[in-house]
Amino acid sequence: MNKKCISLLAGILFSTMAFAQGYKVGDKATGFNLKNVDGKMVSMADYPDAKGIVVIFTCNHCPYSKLYEDRIIAINNKYAPKGYPVIAINPNDSINEPVDSWSNMIVRAKEKGFTFPYLLDAGQRITKVYGASRTPHVFLLEKVKKNYIVRYIGAIDDNSKDPSAVKEKYLAIAIDSLLAGKKPDPNYTKAIGCTIKWAE
Amino acid sequence: MANSLKFFSIFLFVLCSLVFTGQTIKVYKDFADFEPQLHKSSDTTYVINFWATWCKPCVEEMPEFLEINKKFEKQKFKMILVSLDFDTQIETKVKPFIRENHIQAEVVLLDDPRQNQWIDRVNKDWSGAIPITVIYNKDFYFFHEGTLTFDELNELITKNIKK
Repeated sequence: MNKKCISLLAGILFSTMAFAQGYKVGDKATGFNLKNVDGKMVSMADYPDAKGIVVIFTCNHCPYSKLYEDRIIAINNKYAPKGYPVIAINPNDSINEPVDSWSNMIVRAKEKGFTFPYLLDAGQRITKVYGASRTPHVFLLEKVKKNYIVRYIGAIDDNSKDPSAVKEKYLAIAIDSLLAGKKPDPNYTKAIGCTIKWAE
Repeated sequence: MANSLKFFSIFLFVLCSLVFTGQTIKVYKDFADFEPQLHKSSDTTYVINFWATWCKPCVEEMPEFLEINKKFEKQKFKMILVSLDFDTQIETKVKPFIRENHIQAEVVLLDDPRQNQWIDRVNKDWSGAIPITVIYNKDFYFFHEGTLTFDELNELITKNIKK
């Protein structure tokens, strides 16, 4: 009887694990402690006064990530003072994609003058838990008491190629909504991006 | 006389550029114009792969797709390689890639920036990362995000292709 019970439980546990595909809007997001391009570790505890965090999975090599670098800098410069700083995380395995190695991250952050941390998810654990599937991929978190709640998942805006042709700034609209005490709408968008380069 | 010489040289120039650029690539600026390719009700089995020259896993799986195209092209079969490269890179990236890899399958380019609208219309399980592949005919449908091998493609097509 006990054995049956255990195998049933194990079965349920396994199937939930198999179906876990990262966070959905409304989920509580885990914290992290990852190495920045300046060699220091960064965690959410470094932002005691933040109202939330704009987590963006992005990388060096991906053309879509490159297209958004300037726009990510602009978002951080506009919203960090309002309580929503950007934290960029490189999700890729550097053996699979050498352009995304830590040393190349340092070079790129310097070249572009990133005004936000650019962290390496060595081991790719945070990428898996969040369910990032492409770069760039945004997870907008709102701080509610001591928790970070996922409020928006998706794209930065609706035109990767041409910033001047953007009609809807999804991420900016979502942050503005949170600042106004409202839930973002839309809270989930899709865009073409590069696959996550997983360790083989 | 000078005029006809001018016309003749323009004619020669156009002819030469046609010969050297080879294949013309159909560019879809509006997803709605491409969408019917995903919903044909026919005996033909379609293999539709979304890729780009900048996408490493796409480029890596391409030779296996080309082998599949060679194997099935004489049957009720059609492969469409939908490039998501930017339209500004057709001459510099896409056409050289087609030449270097001797691609015989049809290549089209989809450059509709309203991705949040059309990604779900390809398949709602698609996150937006490429490559993806859709294989279908009137009785069969398959969608996959990520790469596929020759053997995987071969099995799916062999099982479902119409005689």
